[in-house]
Amino acid sequence: MRKYSVFAVVREAMRGHKGWEAQWASPEPRKEYDAIIIGGGGHGLGAAYYLAKEHGITNVAVLEKGWIGGGNTGRNTTIIRSNYLYEESMHIYEHSLKLWENLSQDLNYNVMYSPRGVMMLSHNVHDQQSFKRHINANRLYGIDNEWLTPEQAKAYCPPLDISKTARYPINGAALQRRGGTARHDAVAWGYARAASDRGVHIIQNCEVTAIRRGPDGRVVGVETSKGFIGAKKIGVSAAGHTSVVMQTADVRVPLQSQPLQALVSEPLKPIFPCVVMSNSVHAYISQSDKGEFVIGAGTDQYNSYSQTGGMQIITHTLDAICELFPMFRRVKMMRQWGGIVDVTVDRSPIQGITPVPGLFINAGWGTGGFKATPGSAHLFAHLIAKGEPHKFAAGLTLDRFRTGRLIDEAAAAAVAH
Amino acid sequence: MLLIYCPYCEEERNELEFRNGGDAHIARPTNIADITDEEFEEYFFIRQNPKGLIYERWRHVHGCGKFFNAARDTVSDRFYLSYKAGEPKPDPATFLNNGNESALNKDKGASK
Ligand SMILES: Cc1cc2nc3c(=O)[nH]c(=O)nc-3n(C[C@H](O)[C@H](O)[C@H](O)COP(=O)(O)OP(=O)(O)OC[C@H]3O[C@@H](n4cnc5c(N)ncnc54)[C@H](O)[C@@H]3O)c2cc1C
Ligand SMILES: [Zn+2]
Repeated sequence: MRKYSVFAVVREAMRGHKGWEAQWASPEPRKEYDAIIIGGGGHGLGAAYYLAKEHGITNVAVLEKGWIGGGNTGRNTTIIRSNYLYEESMHIYEHSLKLWENLSQDLNYNVMYSPRGVMMLSHNVHDQQSFKRHINANRLYGIDNEWLTPEQAKAYCPPLDISKTARYPINGAALQRRGGTARHDAVAWGYARAASDRGVHIIQNCEVTAIRRGPDGRVVGVETSKGFIGAKKIGVSAAGHTSVVMQTADVRVPLQSQPLQALVSEPLKPIFPCVVMSNSVHAYISQSDKGEFVIGAGTDQYNSYSQTGGMQIITHTLDAICELFPMFRRVKMMRQWGGIVDVTVDRSPIQGITPVPGLFINAGWGTGGFKATPGSAHLFAHLIAKGEPHKFAAGLTLDRFRTGRLIDEAAAAAVAH
Repeated sequence: MLLIYCPYCEEERNELEFRNGGDAHIARPTNIADITDEEFEEYFFIRQNPKGLIYERWRHVHGCGKFFNAARDTVSDRFYLSYKAGEPKPDPATFLNNGNESALNKDKGASK
């Protein structure tokens, strides 16, 4: 792999950009691998990268049914933060945030991690109490999160309407300064390039149709659209399609797949300095480096694999955005899309072993797993390599729905993303 | 937005009038205090989450207020039929072949 640097840019500029090489190889699948990852999103590609880099396991393939990053990785609104309430969540999201801080250097790929601050608006007494509880829990853990008065919030984010007559008055906000955004595609491509460089096979247009098990119950490989591929270990990181994939190994999971939508505006000059989210009125917004406003809507109420969602969900969010930021009322929206998110009842992810030997699951990241990409991938690689979870993921087990040890971030009611 | 047929009101109304109630035909165990953790997990948390045909509950909250069930395709989001609560789960053979499927495929073609 030729290193990316300012010198490489200059060198290529001098010779007509003829020397850039493909970022990752596209080999034919081998007959067998030590480990197969199902799903070429950020989580899956990252897990393959860390398997190779940190555990020396390089005979690995990532099988992706479409193109890498074409799932939720390439469809999300890229909000990154770690100010969750429960320790199980703080462990993994903060681990992830720390990896974000150095990810571009580690991958030699600019993932454009931008710690511009994530601000959560409080509109009522309940919000205020809940956010302060989060702030205290986070500080005890060592995570930055602070309370702002409405005036401080406006100073940090000038477009905000904090007037008393606003339709959704603001009585304060919680701010995580290290939170922010990153470039979603670059995360998938950066991991793919770095993993490929270490010998990992990235195989696109290869849909896994069944997980195969031997007479002893262990996994032996997968049936795919490119034929059977053997594997001693299989990690499923298929986001919205986890239930479908797991069922082929006779594992039933507590997941529901629902559409979640986002939309972007026409590009405008820089005006919006941070990420703002409001749980109470359900809206979140940031401005990309291209200038587009990136706006996230909610999930539809029904299960679906359609990758579209209802128009009423979008208008609901835009209503809220226009009230919070009256100056955006005449901005035109350019594109809208949906992704299929895998939601658990406690709104916390599942990462761990399964009843099937050799089969590991990483799922349930639902509406908020982009921020977790490096951390989740790092710990998933640990799980696959060692056969048991890292201590930071130890609470995220699949069997918590049986034992009752739920991680109730849903009731803790920060914002969904 | 979905258009949903309420079998009580006997008309199609828009989704805003309805609340989805998750999977249909899941019976609460009558001996709930005696079942094992595995059985409780299966009853309470585990769902098939099918890609394709789903049987689900809806409630016409801003209408007659009644619960009913529906069969829908989770890829096209098209409803096959709605039926009243308490009625048995309809056999897919009865509704998949009576023209619904071709309508479904026609729709898919038209939207390309
Ligand atoms: C609109 C929207 C907004 C969001 N906003 C945020 C946000 O602001 N912040 C945040 O943290 N998170 C957000 N999320 C959630 C986040 O995108 C996901 O939790 C995260 O991307 C999941 O990561 P992944 O890499 O596992 O998923 P994906 O990128 O979806 O990867 C899974 C891959 O598996 C592949 N696959 C599935 N089945 C098979 C099969 N049988 N064989 C082979 N491959 C298969 C899929 O094609 C897909 O590429 C948002 C999601 C959406 C949809
Ligand atoms: Zn009705």
